[in-house]
Order: sequence, then structure tokens, then C-alpha cells
Amino acid sequence: MLELKNISFQAEDGGKEIEILRNINLTLENRFVAVTGPNGSGKSTLAKIVAGILTPTEGQILLDGVDITEKSITERAQMGISFAFQQPVRFKGLTVKDMLSLAAGRETAVSEVCSMLSEVGLCARDYVNREINASLSGGELKRIEIAMIMARKTKVSIFDEPEAGIDLWSFQNLIRVFEKMHEEIHGTILIISHQERILNIADQIVLLADGRIEKVGSREEVMPDLLGAGQPCRTLSDKLI
Amino acid sequence: MDAIQQELLAQVADLHEVPEGAYNIRANGEMAGRNTTVNIDITTKEDCPGIDIRIKPGTKSESVHIPVVLSQSGLQESVYNDFFVGEDCDITIVAGCGIHNGGSAASAHSGIHRFFVEKNAKVRYVEKHYGSGDGSGERIMNPTTEIHLAEGAYLEMETVQIKGIDSTARTTTAEVAEGAGLVIKEKIMTHGKQYAETDFTVNMAGDNSSVNLISRSVAKDRSRQIFRSRIVGNASCHGHSECDAIIMDEASVSAIPELTANHIDANLIHEAAIGKIAGEQLIKLMTLGLTEKEAEEQIVKGFLK
Repeated sequence: MLELKNISFQAEDGGKEIEILRNINLTLENRFVAVTGPNGSGKSTLAKIVAGILTPTEGQILLDGVDITEKSITERAQMGISFAFQQPVRFKGLTVKDMLSLAAGRETAVSEVCSMLSEVGLCARDYVNREINASLSGGELKRIEIAMIMARKTKVSIFDEPEAGIDLWSFQNLIRVFEKMHEEIHGTILIISHQERILNIADQIVLLADGRIEKVGSREEVMPDLLGAGQPCRTLSDKLI
Repeated sequence: MDAIQQELLAQVADLHEVPEGAYNIRANGEMAGRNTTVNIDITTKEDCPGIDIRIKPGTKSESVHIPVVLSQSGLQESVYNDFFVGEDCDITIVAGCGIHNGGSAASAHSGIHRFFVEKNAKVRYVEKHYGSGDGSGERIMNPTTEIHLAEGAYLEMETVQIKGIDSTARTTTAEVAEGAGLVIKEKIMTHGKQYAETDFTVNMAGDNSSVNLISRSVAKDRSRQIFRSRIVGNASCHGHSECDAIIMDEASVSAIPELTANHIDANLIHEAAIGKIAGEQLIKLMTLGLTEKEAEEQIVKGFLK
């Protein structure tokens, strides 16, 4: 169970303090939790705070009752938090097999790599020894990023916009991947997404707007509100009409 | 040969026992073993230290190993080795030098290698440099490589210096004739107060000649590196050089490329990048459970692989 208590995050912009997240209180114990909301509402910041990449200005994070607020990225990863980046990182020299081995925490056999990659629609024959460098497309990197999280099998898996850059291979498979992950590890899968088809599989949807939680609930409760979220200012709404 | 020398041999030439094919092993300035084959002859030079290696035209799938090991502190030597590779050969040459210095005097090896590669011959040349020993004496290596590629010849040189060399100045020059190709892949890691300087000069003299220089290096601690490359295109040719360096701690890296085109169809490119390990790379590996130090090691290991 992951608990966020009074989480706030401020960042500086041109000498001015900006509140990115304000007083977030959230308990996550469901299988699939989707966090959605307009661009700039603080979704990615929230995910990075859970993974330890950003430190909250205020508040506490608890994993199964243990306060992890002061824990490093490495410690949280070892305690069971995984994070799939929105924009996967490239590495000169490290291969797909190297990265999957690092993710799994042990040397993986080619047959294992094959099964991991096939889950995300890639054939190992073409990828196992490829370097994670500029020769891979954004979509290929994204799939490998997802395969790495699958290899980790942790109790909390966070995906920051997994659908971005993924072709029609597609959402259906992506959703199958999430379901399989849950079957195997029974953990919490936290997905930041704008995609209705991903929101549709969520047991719980968190709607963020302007750094605050606008609404939390089942998809039946939250989906109808989604269209009304993040009302634009008049200048913009005049143009939208 | 003692245990230290055997360890050096394993490091520089991946040799754990006597190699197959032709070889010449030089240990502490003396010949420690030699084998010639029907196609590959090795003779000792008479006017200076070193050997001549003559490979008969048409020799295929054979290899020559010529490792050098120094374990006697304070030994300084210059060795001149000439390779004459006949037409249409396809061979592998493994050189390399290991210095173990357990004393206080500087040990130095300067290997001057000249390659005369005849028409349409193909050579893979592997060179590894390695140093060990806890003495205060410096371990110095100054390899000079001179390459002459005749029409249609091809040479691929892999040069690696990963550990233990305090000071190195590596000079490589090449003349590339019509239709000939040269590829050089260099990997260097320096640490402590080490200094490494590489200097490539390639002259593309014939049409359709090509060169590709690829250097990857990591400079740690307070070490210093200088990469210099000069590519001259005197004909219709393709030249590319690439210097990619990771800088860490208080190290210093310079990349000084020079391209000269003396022909309208000379196509020359240089790419250079020097930078620290990207923060997001470290973060990514830390989210997989590695510590910052482990992440750094993995990134460096991959980069120099």
C-alpha cells in the first residue's frame, strides 16, 4: 500500500515560487490506479516524487506503513518501486540484454530476454544485442522501457504516459501487459495517462488539476467529470468556442 | 616465463598458453619465444631492436601474435617492428604490451610498428596496453604506428588502453591509396594522474579511399587526455572521425580535430562530444536499484565495451 500524506511541491521559476503540487492526500491499494488531468497539472511531478527523483517540499510518503520520504531513489527501487520514464533514456554501449539484466537484478538468458521482449511486441532476434542508443526509435525505446519494469516485478510499478509514442501494436497489448503484470505480482500499477482506453481499465482514477486532487474514485464516478476538468481561461475558451 | 609475465600476456593478448600460428614473444627486452609458419616468417632485425614479419601473398585466416611484456622495473626500450603483408592476404595481427612495475624507476616501452599492406590485402590489427604493479615507478608507453595501404587494401585497427599506463603518447600515421580503407577504433580510460595523448594523421591519396576514426574515452580523477586527428583528402574520398569522451571528477579532455580537403570530392566529417555522464542516465539505473557508483560503473563499462 502506498500512502501520500499532505504532499506539496514547489519549484522556482524566474525567482518566483510556483506550487506544482498542493496538499496531495492519496492512498493507493488497488490494482490499477490511473492519474489523469490536463498538461501541467502535476502528474509527472507526483510520479517522480513517489520514485524519489524529486523531493517533496512538504509531506510524507509511506510504503506498506514505512516512511520512505527520506529514502533515495536506489533505496526505494530496492524496496519495490519501479518507474518507467515518459521519455526513455538512451545509453551508448549498453544493450537491450544488459538493461533487462540490470532491471531483473541478475544475468538474464537469451531465452528469458526473448520472452520479455515478445510481451511488448518485439522480436528478441532483432533487439537482444542492440544498443539502447539513437538507432532505436522512440516507440521501440518505450516498449523496452516497459519490458524493464516487467522484468523488475516490484510491488509498485509506475508508468508515466506509457501510451506516448506507442503505435497501434497497441493499447490492447499494452493493457494486456498491465493485466499480466498484475496477475504475476499482485502489486499496484500506477499509470499516468490521458488515454481513455487506459482509464477504462483503472479501478481507481485520480483526477489532478492545477496541482490539486480534483476528484478520486472509480471510473464510473470520475470519467463523467473528465471533460469538465481544467477549465481554460476566457481568452482560451473564446478560441475553443 | 614467470607468473607476472604470464598475467601480462593474458591481459594484452588474451594468451593463456602458447598461441597457434606465428608468434614472437618479447619479455624484458629479450626474445622469449618464436614460431614461424609456411606463410609467415619472422626475423630479427640486425640494425636495431625489433623484428620483420613477412606474410606471403594470398595467406588467409592466419594470425600473428607479437606481445611484449616488461616486468623489470626501470627497463626502457624502443622496438621497431615492420609488417610486410602480401597481396590478397586476410590475416589478424595481435600486438600489445604489458608493463608490471613493482619498483621506483620508470619503465617504458616504445613500439614503432610499420605496416606495408599490399594490394587488396585485409588486416585486422589488435593492440592492447596494460599496466600493473604497485611500485612508484611510472609505466610509460609510446606506440607509433605507420600504415601504408596499397590499392584496395583494408586495415582495421583496434587499440585499447584501459588500465595502469601512467603516460602515453600514441602517434598513428597512414597513407591510403585508391580504393583502400582504414578503420581505427580506439578505447582509452585514464585515472589518477595519468596522461594520454593520441595523434592521428591520415592522408587519403587515392580516389575512393576512406578512413573512419572512432575514439571513445573516459577520463577519471585528475587524468588528462588529448585527442588530435588530422585527415587530409587529396582525392575523391570519405573521411570521418569521431571523438566521444566522458569526463569525470577533475579530469581534463581536449579534442582537436583538423580536416583538410584538397579535392572537390573529398568528403570529410568530424564529430566530437565531451561531457559528463548524463544525470538522467544515472537516475534511470538508480530506479533499477543500482547505487550511484554502480550506475556510473555500468555506464562506463558499456561505453568502453
